[in-house]
Parts: sequence; structure tokens; C-alpha cells
Amino acid sequence: MFGKFSFKGGVHPSHCKDQTASLNIETLPAPEKVIIPLSQHIGAPAKIAVKRDDMVKIGQVLGEAGGFVSAPVHASVSGKVVSVGPFAHPLGKQVTAVEIENDGNDDTVEFTPLPTPWREAAPQEIVQKISAAGIVGMGGASFPTHVKLSPPSNKPIDTVIINGAECEPYLTADHRLMLEKTEEMLCGAMIIKKILGASKIWIGIEENKPDAIAVISEKIAQDKFKEISLAKLKAKYPQGGEKQLINAVTKRQVPSGGLPMDCGCVVQNIGTAYTIWDAVCNGKPLYQRVVTVTGSTIRKPANLLVRIGTPIKTLLEHCDIDYDSTQKVIMGGPMMGLAQSDFTAPVIKSTSGILGYKTLTTGVREYDCISCGNCVKACPIHLVPSYLAKYVQKGLYEDAMTWNILDCMECGSCAYACPSKINLVHYMKVGKFHAMGIKKEKEKK
Amino acid sequence: MSSEQKLLHISTSPHTKYQETVPSIMLSVCLALIPAFAASIYFFGLRALVLTVVCVVTCLATEWVIVRVLLKRPSTLGDFSALVTAMLLAFNLPPDLPPWMAVIGSIFAIGVVKWAFGGLGHNFINPALAGRAFLMASYAAPMTIFGPPRTGTMSGLSESTLASLTNKVDGISGATPLPAFNKIMELLRNESTQASELQFHIIDFQETISHLFFGNVGGCIGETSAAALILGAIFLWYKHIIGLRVPVLFIGTVFLLSWIFNGTGSFFTSEALLIPVYQIFAGGLMLGALYMATDMVTSPITPMGKAIFGIGCGLLAFTIRKFGGYPEGVSYSILLMNLAVPMLDRYNRPKIYGKVHTNA
Ligand code: SF4
Ligand code: SF4
Repeated sequence: MFGKFSFKGGVHPSHCKDQTASLNIETLPAPEKVIIPLSQHIGAPAKIAVKRDDMVKIGQVLGEAGGFVSAPVHASVSGKVVSVGPFAHPLGKQVTAVEIENDGNDDTVEFTPLPTPWREAAPQEIVQKISAAGIVGMGGASFPTHVKLSPPSNKPIDTVIINGAECEPYLTADHRLMLEKTEEMLCGAMIIKKILGASKIWIGIEENKPDAIAVISEKIAQDKFKEISLAKLKAKYPQGGEKQLINAVTKRQVPSGGLPMDCGCVVQNIGTAYTIWDAVCNGKPLYQRVVTVTGSTIRKPANLLVRIGTPIKTLLEHCDIDYDSTQKVIMGGPMMGLAQSDFTAPVIKSTSGILGYKTLTTGVREYDCISCGNCVKACPIHLVPSYLAKYVQKGLYEDAMTWNILDCMECGSCAYACPSKINLVHYMKVGKFHAMGIKKEKEKK
Repeated sequence: MSSEQKLLHISTSPHTKYQETVPSIMLSVCLALIPAFAASIYFFGLRALVLTVVCVVTCLATEWVIVRVLLKRPSTLGDFSALVTAMLLAFNLPPDLPPWMAVIGSIFAIGVVKWAFGGLGHNFINPALAGRAFLMASYAAPMTIFGPPRTGTMSGLSESTLASLTNKVDGISGATPLPAFNKIMELLRNESTQASELQFHIIDFQETISHLFFGNVGGCIGETSAAALILGAIFLWYKHIIGLRVPVLFIGTVFLLSWIFNGTGSFFTSEALLIPVYQIFAGGLMLGALYMATDMVTSPITPMGKAIFGIGCGLLAFTIRKFGGYPEGVSYSILLMNLAVPMLDRYNRPKIYGKVHTNA
């Protein structure tokens, strides 16, 4: 009944989702201590609002937004602030964080939902609520959501796309939310549409989640969700990339260097839609999220509802990790996730999964490029990664720029597909770093 | 063991990779060549086997000496690329070539064409074809003398066709398909007055083409059986190792041009349609289009580049076959197009997402 939506390029890594796709979301008991970084989003870090020895409650603001493109952070347990200082951050640097000792009481601040029902409220008022709840993109990019929901008036938005592709292997957090919190998530989508004054809502789901597709098609047949349409997407990585999703669903393309709003679209992830509902209708800030814990060295995989700030060690041990065979721990999915070096690093707002891995991609013999063209076929932006890598190797960043290296989204498809096992993404990252420098230099002149 | 003490591996994403590797690709190519290899042994007997073994041994030895002795690097025999070159070179040699010439060709292919430019991935022309071209230039006579297959005729023409032609055309009984065809065409042109008598139907096309297809004809070792070559190519296509673009456009171009310029003066007679079929199965076109024009290293990387490359090969091959001094143009057409690859890639960059096409 639905055509299949897709984009050009991409790769087909094995889904590896069977272990957790059918497991209900389980609540992970709050840990004894949480570490809540002040920077969990793109933009300015939050400004600290508590000090050592303060007593805090769940939902209390620990850091105020440090600007428009920023988001506040909230306490996820009640108890005493034992320290404020630099802690390991999952993105690999040390970042100021608030350490709270859990008193086990789970006292909460008073959650105040929007005073008027959201259908009648002014968009500005709802955005205010979302912004105060510290909501950021929960699919990985962690861009503050209120910014996406406040497009300038010269950029009208007609289409809202809810991203249920979850194209990264292993991850099933969004999948479970779609099944278990269907109505809430759909409500969140309607709230987004109302704020933006859009005319259309799409939910994009990869065809490898037939149960989610069935549940949602049933719901959207109801009158109250009739404005929502379902787009059945081909299961292919990176189907859930914003640009690919927009292209698959609307056939539009985000202009190079631009944002989705430049082609009239706003994309929000399933988790974000759910959290928006929670903030607007229950007044709850973002202090917990669903995380999939799985991988070849995890003996009891699970989808866990986790307090933000829980050290990943707690999750791994809850899921019975086999430490001896674990070679790598990844936060996020295997295609774009970050390898972790420190088990005390906490779950943050954008953590969709924690994977324990036995096999390595390092130490594999690398060959010279044989021009097989796999990377060209795989690149969803239609770049020529092999040439870009060669330019970067030689330090020819300007050439790499004329071959559009700055459009690379670091999705990893090229490196996945390369039979020579060249770590193309690494070259892209290095090249983009230098290219950004050159670009800024030029703009100054 | 305490978790904190355990050293974890850190690396950039992605943390998972496609299982195909350079050695596995090269090995698949070798596997794909096995049906054609078997066919060549069947039709040409032991001489095909001996020549292939000579090429394999020499190529591997040359590779080993260069890498281990001269460059003092870890051995590269394990990537199997030298094996591919060896097999393809052998496939491009006439079965009766003296083995020592095959040795020279192998050393040239690996030592000069491949390693003088830095080994696998850096050579800009196909080493096997370059080896063949080198031998052609050095030993033209032995490179163009072909012995007949163990059964059947050199040209694949049926006995009766040959019998009716031998008194009219010199040397047709010993010619391989393409020269035989050219001679018949010449005869037809010269005897235009009697053309009504000597029509194409004197050639038993169906039988000839079936010989060409299954391999009962003279020619280079690997050229003989189109069926075996296609079988291997389907395997490579299925494994995503070769794309269809280059071979289809290459063969398609030759087919189209041979059909348009078929020489019979009409287009829709059965002869006019069978001539291009004959052209695509005769000679080295299948071998070249399926296995050598698709060589990853020496063909374009961009989709549009590949398309132009395929068409260009077809154009050149047809032109050489029709107007050139050589009866066979496939290997030179590919070598010439190899030289154009960097340019084809540079000016045919794919249109990127969200941008109008520029070649700035
Ligand atoms: S990482 Fe960049 S170059 Fe590689 S496939 Fe993704 S977008 Fe293309
Ligand atoms: S996938 Fe790897 S080997 Fe193939 S063209 Fe790209 S960089 Fe070269």
C-alpha cells in the first residue's frame, strides 16, 4: 500500500538487531552516582547553576542554557552535589560535569505541564517549554531542538519528518519507543507540526521493522492522527541521515552547506518527539532516555531506560559484559559511534546505544586504493572518497575542497565498503578540519 | 580483571566493515577465470595448460623478487593480484607460443608495467594487456600464428562453408574467425558482380556462432569460449566485483557499429543481424570487455567516466577491426582508453547531493 522510499548510495551492513528488537524497555535502577556534563549538545555549554554540597532534586536545573544555541541540563537523581569539575566525556575530551551522589529518595521538583492544552497554546509558549526542558536531538547530532523549531520567518516549513529509520546496526531504542510509546510519540509529532505551522507530517520507518510499521499504520488510521503519513523506507545505511531521509521522503535535497529548513523540512528523531510530548504534557525535562546495550560481548542485551549521567560501566555490568573478550566499547552505532576509552564516561542526551565488541577493525592489513569504486557507489552525498583521501594524504586541502570535502557527513559508508580497508573517514575528518580552517581564512579576507 | 585496567582499542568509526578485501576480490577474479581456463585446456590441450603455468610461475616469481629482494617489503603474493595478471596474460597468448616468450611477457607485465609505477593500484595500464602488446611488438609472427583447436576448424566456419570458400579465398582455412570474416567480406566486395551467387548464406552462421560461443575455434588461449567467459563474469557481477556498465557499453557499441556498418547494404536481413552477433563473439572482445576493461585499477571510478570508457573502448575496437591493420583491436582499444582514465574521472565527477554540477 505504500511505495518504498529510498536515496541513492549507501551500504548494507548486517542489521544485528534481533537480539534486542523484541525486548521491552526495562528501567535501569538509578546508580549511586551520576556524572552530568554541562555540554551535551552542539553549541555553547550550559552555565553552572549549582555548587558543591548543594542538595538537588530530580529535574532541578544544574546548568542554564549558555546562549540561544545551547540547552540547560537537569539533575537525574536526587541527592548531594559532591563535585563540579572535569570528567571524562564520551566524545573523548574532559568536560566540566556535575557529580551527584544519589540519596535514593528520587525526590523531584514539581513538574508543571503547559498550562493550556498544546492545541490552543501559542507556538512560542510551547517552544519555551521545550527549550526549558533541555531537549536536544536524541538521534546522535544533539542539536538543541528549540533552535530547529524556531526557523526564521523567511524559511517557511511545510514538512515535518519524524525519523524512525534507525539505520545504524544494533540499535533498537527508537524501535522500542515506537512500539511502546506510540501515541505519545505521535502526539509529540503533532506538537512539532503545530509549532512550525507545517502542513504535513511523515514518519519514516525502515522496512526491517514491520511490527512498528503495523502499529503505526493502525494508529494513523485513527482520526486524531490523520495528518500523519507513513513512509516505508528501504533498509539501507544511512537512511536515517537527515539529508537522505528528506530526499527519500520528499524528493527534495538540502542545498549544499545549508540546513533542512532551507528546503522546507524539519527532521526530528523518534526519541526527541517522545521527549517533547513528555515535556509539554507532563512538564518533565530531559533527564532519562532509552539506550540499547548490546554487541558480541554483552551476554544479556537490553533496551534500558537510563538516567542521564549514569556511567556506561553501570550499563555494561547490568547487561553482563564479558570484560575479558571485550576489545572495544562503542557509544552509538557501529557506523558512526565513538570508541570509548573510559568506562566512567556517562550516558548523555544523545546516547542511543552502548556496544561491546570483540572484533576489531584496527590492525587489519591496509592495501593501496585499487580504484574499485565501492566508495563512490556507497557515498550518499555522491562524493569521490578515494580521490578525497588521496588529496588529504598529500596535504592538498584546496583540491579536496573543490571536490566538495566539506559536504562529507562522516557517515562511514565509504570506509565500510572499501576492500582495501583504507580508513577513509579518518582522512575525511582530517581534510574537513583543514578545509574549515582554509574557508574561515578566506572569509576573513 | 578490573574493568578500569583493561586497555580498550580506540579507532575512528566505522567499527564494522564489509567482508570483501583486496585478496578476496582478486581470488574471485581467478575463480571466475577457471571455466574459461578449463575450456581452453579442453579445446587446445596441454599447450594451454603449459603456457598458463609458465605465466603464473614467472609472474609470481617476478613479483616476489621485486617486493622481497629489491624493495625489501612484506610479500604481496597474498593479494593474488599477480595471479590475476598471470592468468589474463596467458589468456591473451596464442596456444602455440614458445614458453620462453611467455616468460618475457610476464616479466615485462609485472616488472615494468606494474612495479615501475608502484605496484597494485598504481599502474595506469592493464599489465596483462601491456605484456601482450609488448610481445606483439617484439615477436609479431609467433604472436599471430594460431594452431587449430583439437576438434573443429580455426575460424569456426563449418566444413562445408570452408570447402565452398577455399578455392575462392586464399588462406581461409587456417585463419581465425576475424581474419576469415574479413577475407570473406573482401571477396564479396571484389566479386560484386557475382554477389547474387555468393551470398552470405553460404556461411552457416548458426553453426559458426555456436562454435564461437562454446569455444570450438582458434585464437588466444582465453578467447576461445564466450560461454565460459560469460559464466565467470556473471559470478563477478553477482559478487559486485564488476559492474555491467563498462562491458555492456563496450560490447553494445561494437554490436551497434557492426550492425550499422555490416556491409550487406541492408539492416534487417538475417545476415545483417547475424554479422554483429558474429563480431561480438569472435576474437578477444568477450575476454577484453568482461575481464580487462573492467580491471578496477585501470578503469574510471566515476559512473559517468565508466560509461564513456566503455563506449570509447567499443568505438576504438570497432575502428581497428574495420579499418586497422590488425584483425583484432580489443587489446589496443583498452590500452588506449586506460590512458584516458584520469581525465575521464576528473571531468565526470558525480553530481553531489544538494548542488548543481560544477567542474570548477
Ligand atoms: S563519510 Fe563522507 S565521503 Fe564517506 S560516504 Fe559518508 S559522506 Fe561520503
Ligand atoms: S573503496 Fe577503497 S579501494 Fe575502492 S576506490 Fe574507494 S578507496 Fe579505493
